[in-house]
Amino acid sequence: MPDQLQHLEQHSIHLIRESYARLKPLAMLWSLGKDSNTMLWLTRKAFQGRVPFPVILLDTGNEFAEVYAFRDRYVREWDLDYINAPCPPVEATDPALPPNARAAARKTLGLAQLIAQRGFAGVLLGIRRDEQAIRAKERAMSPRDTQGAWHVRDQPTELWGHYTSAAPVGGHVRVHPLLEWTELDIWRYVEREAIPVCELYFARNGRRYRSLGEADITFPVTSNATTLAEIISELETTRDEERAGRAMDHEREDAFERLRAAGYM
Amino acid sequence: MARPLAVCLAGHVDHGKSSLLGRLLHELDLLPEGKVARIEAASARRGVPLEWSFALDALQLERDQAVTLDTTRVHVRTPRRELIIIDCPGHRELVRNLVTGAAGTTAALLVVDAQSGAEAQTRAHAALLRLLGIHNFVVAVNKMDALQWSESEFTARRDEIAGALGLLGVVVHAIVPTSARDGGNLVNAPPAPWWQGPSLVNALESLPAEIAMVNDGPLRLPVQDVYRTGTRRVVAGRLAQGTLRAGDEVLVLPSGERAHIAELAGWPQPPDAVEAGVNAALTFVEPVIVARGDLLCAPDAPARLTPVFDADVFWLGRDPLAPGQRFELRVGTQAVPVRVAAVIHALDVDRLAPASAHDIATNGLGRVTLRCDVPIALDDAAECKETGRFVLADAGVIVGGGLIDASRYPDQRHALWPKSRNLVAVDHHISASERRTRGGHMGAIVWLTGLSGSGKSTLAMALERALFDRGWGAYTIDGDNVRRGLNADLGFSPEDRQENIRRVGEVAALFADAGLVCITAFISPFDDDRARARAAAGRRPFFEIYVKSELATCEARDPKGLYGKARRGEIKGFTGIDSPYEEPTAPDLVVDTQNHGEAACIAQLVDFVAERCRA
Repeated sequence: MPDQLQHLEQHSIHLIRESYARLKPLAMLWSLGKDSNTMLWLTRKAFQGRVPFPVILLDTGNEFAEVYAFRDRYVREWDLDYINAPCPPVEATDPALPPNARAAARKTLGLAQLIAQRGFAGVLLGIRRDEQAIRAKERAMSPRDTQGAWHVRDQPTELWGHYTSAAPVGGHVRVHPLLEWTELDIWRYVEREAIPVCELYFARNGRRYRSLGEADITFPVTSNATTLAEIISELETTRDEERAGRAMDHEREDAFERLRAAGYM
Repeated sequence: MARPLAVCLAGHVDHGKSSLLGRLLHELDLLPEGKVARIEAASARRGVPLEWSFALDALQLERDQAVTLDTTRVHVRTPRRELIIIDCPGHRELVRNLVTGAAGTTAALLVVDAQSGAEAQTRAHAALLRLLGIHNFVVAVNKMDALQWSESEFTARRDEIAGALGLLGVVVHAIVPTSARDGGNLVNAPPAPWWQGPSLVNALESLPAEIAMVNDGPLRLPVQDVYRTGTRRVVAGRLAQGTLRAGDEVLVLPSGERAHIAELAGWPQPPDAVEAGVNAALTFVEPVIVARGDLLCAPDAPARLTPVFDADVFWLGRDPLAPGQRFELRVGTQAVPVRVAAVIHALDVDRLAPASAHDIATNGLGRVTLRCDVPIALDDAAECKETGRFVLADAGVIVGGGLIDASRYPDQRHALWPKSRNLVAVDHHISASERRTRGGHMGAIVWLTGLSGSGKSTLAMALERALFDRGWGAYTIDGDNVRRGLNADLGFSPEDRQENIRRVGEVAALFADAGLVCITAFISPFDDDRARARAAAGRRPFFEIYVKSELATCEARDPKGLYGKARRGEIKGFTGIDSPYEEPTAPDLVVDTQNHGEAACIAQLVDFVAERCRA
C-alpha cells in the first residue's frame, strides 16, 4: 500500500469506525467546506454508503449563500440526518477576545449548547495539523470537559491505533479523522474521488476562497484556479498560508490558541 | 504518489531540536511568507536573539519558556524527498507526548548537544524509540558553532554516540555535525573544511522507506465492530496482516469456530480482495456469532491463545510498574483485565543493559510477565506487528505498552477445544458414596507442585506408604514413570509439557473416580495447567499442595543432576533457570521443605490428607 492517499484514507476510516464503536451517541460537524465534505465521504466508505449518525452545522446565520445552497442540495441527495445548530449572539462570547475571534467563538458556544442538549459522547471534526500550528498539536481523540475546554498541556498518550476514548463525566471526545491530511492531500483526494465541493473554492474574476468561514470574517485570495487540477498546481507552489484569509487567526499572537483552549474547533 | 517518510525528532531537552527544525525549514526556503518577520517579532518581544524554534513552538507557553511541550508535525519537501518531521518534546516529564509523536514512524533524527554529549536522557530516548519500532537513526551533533567546529570534539562525540546506539542494535545511517544557529551543514557545507560527510538534509534523504504492511503473511483481522441491518450482520475490521477474498475460510479466536467469507462489502464499489492495512467489511456464509475483540485468522497459521506472556514494556504511569498491579490490556481490538505477574528486569539506561529490579520506574523500560484471567489471541511481536504489541490502560488512560514474547508459554488452542464433538457421557452404576463406604475414605487428588528438587517425589511416596498402611487405596503418579509409558510420545516443548500435565490431570481424575487417593508429583509450573487439572477433577476432592523451597536450596540438592545440566545449557527451558515457576496463589496446603525437616513435612502432609479424606 505505497500510495499516500490510500494510506490516509484507511487511517481515517479506521478512526471513524473506532469512534462509532466506542463513543455513543456520535455526531459529526459538517461545516460544508472541502475538509468536512471529505470526512463525510470517508464516513460513507466506512459504512457502505450510509452515514449512521447526525451531521451538524453550527449555524451563525453568516455563512455564504452558496454554502447554504450546497447544504440543502446534499442533505437531500445523501439522505443525511441533519441538525441545524443555531449559535448564540456575539454578546454571549468572552469579551476579552479580539473582535473577529469573538465572532468565531459563537460556534464554540453553539457546540457546547448542542452537546449539553443532545448528550453526544463523541463529535467528529475535520481539522488538520497543517492548517494551523495550534491544531498541529491535537490528538486523534481529544477528551473534553463539560465546558468543551482543551487541556493542551495534559493530552493523553495515543499510539498503535489505541486511543483514549474516556472523557470526564459530562464531557465528550473530539475525534479528528483528517488530522494527518494536508491541504494538498485533500484536494488530490477530492479530485480522485470526485467529491462535490462548494463553487466558492474556484476562481471568479481572479479571486477564490481557499478556506471557508463566516462571510463577515473570511476573505478571498488572488487566484486564477478554476479547476481542481489548477487548484492543486497552485498549492504545489504557493508560500501563502491556507488560513491567511481568516481574520480571526491574526489579531494577536495567541488569538487562535485562546479560541481553541476554550473549545473552538 | 510515494508516501512521505515520517521521521521522529528526538533528544534531550534544550539540545536544540525545534531550533534545528525551524532553521532547516528556513534553509530549504519552506517557511510561509512573512513567517521569518513574525519569528523576529516574537523573539524581539521576549528580548532573545532570533529563536528559530518559534517557527514550530506554537503555544504561547512554549515560546515564553522556549521549550516544546507537545508533539507537532511538519512537512519538509527537500530537493529529493518529502519528509514529515515529528517534533517531540525532550523533557522527561513529557515522555508520553514523545511516545504519541514517535509511534508509527520507523526513523528518527536524534539531536545531541555537541558540548554535553549523549546524556542519560538521550540514551533513554533512543532505547524507547527502538521499543516503539524505530530502527533507523540519523544523529545531528548540534551547536557545533559553540565549539568553533572543532573536528576532535566532533569525533569524540561521534564515537561516544555510535557506541551507545550500537548497544541498542539500531542502524545508524549517519552522524553529522550541525549548527542550528548559523545553519551550518543543514543544507549547505559547514565552515569546517575537514567535514567530508553528508549534510543533514542529505542524510535524511537517504533514510530507507517505511516497510509496507505484510500482505503475504497469515491472515490477522481484529474485529472492530459488527453492523446489523435487518438480519444481515456485517463484520468490520482493519486487516493487520494477509489478504482476504470471498470464499476464504477463517478461524475465529478465541471461540475456535470456522467460517467462510460470503462477500466483501464496500462503497461505492465492493472490492475483489482486501489487503493488509485496509478496512474490510464482510459477511459470513455460516451463522457464526462474532463480536468486537475477536480475531479472524488463517486456519492453517492462527494466532496463539494464551492468558500469560512476557513483554518488553515502556511505562508512563505516575507510580512504578510493580507485580500485582491490574490494568486493561488492549491487543488489537481485545480489551481484557490483566495483572502484572512478575517484573523480569528493568533497563539500566546508563549501561543500556538489563538490571534486576522489583519494579519499573516512571518513563522506564523493562521486561515483565503479564497474566490475564482468560486466554487471549495474540502473536509474538516478531511474527505480526499489529497483534504482537499492546497498550496498558488505567481508568481509560493509556499508561504503557509493549511488545509480546509468548514463546515461553504453551499455545492453549488444543487444550481448550475437544477434537470430537459427538460425545455423550455414560453414567456408572456405582456411586461415589458406595465406593467411599467400602474403601473407608474418599477418592481424591493430592496434587503436589514445586520446583525440581523441592521434595515432591519423596513426600508423595511417603504419603502413599502411610495411607496404604492405614488400609487406604492410594497410588502415586510420578513424572518420570509416566513419561516411560502413557506420555512416551511427548517431549519438553511448552506444548508437550502442557499436554503431559493435562493427561496426568485426566488420569488422576479417573483414579479418584475409582475410589483411590491419587497423588501426583509434577513440577506443574503454570497456574493454567494446575487450574485445568482441578477442572478435570470436577466434583472430586482436589488438593493443591505447594511443596515450597527456595531455588538455591533445590539447586544445591539437585537429586537428578538436572540443575547442573541446565546451568551448562545442556537442557533448555528448565523451570527456575530459563523457564518460570508460577507460585500457587491459593494452595490448599503449603509444605515448607526449606525450613522444616523431612519427617515433619511428611507428618504435616499425611495428617492433612487423612483429615480431609476420611469417609
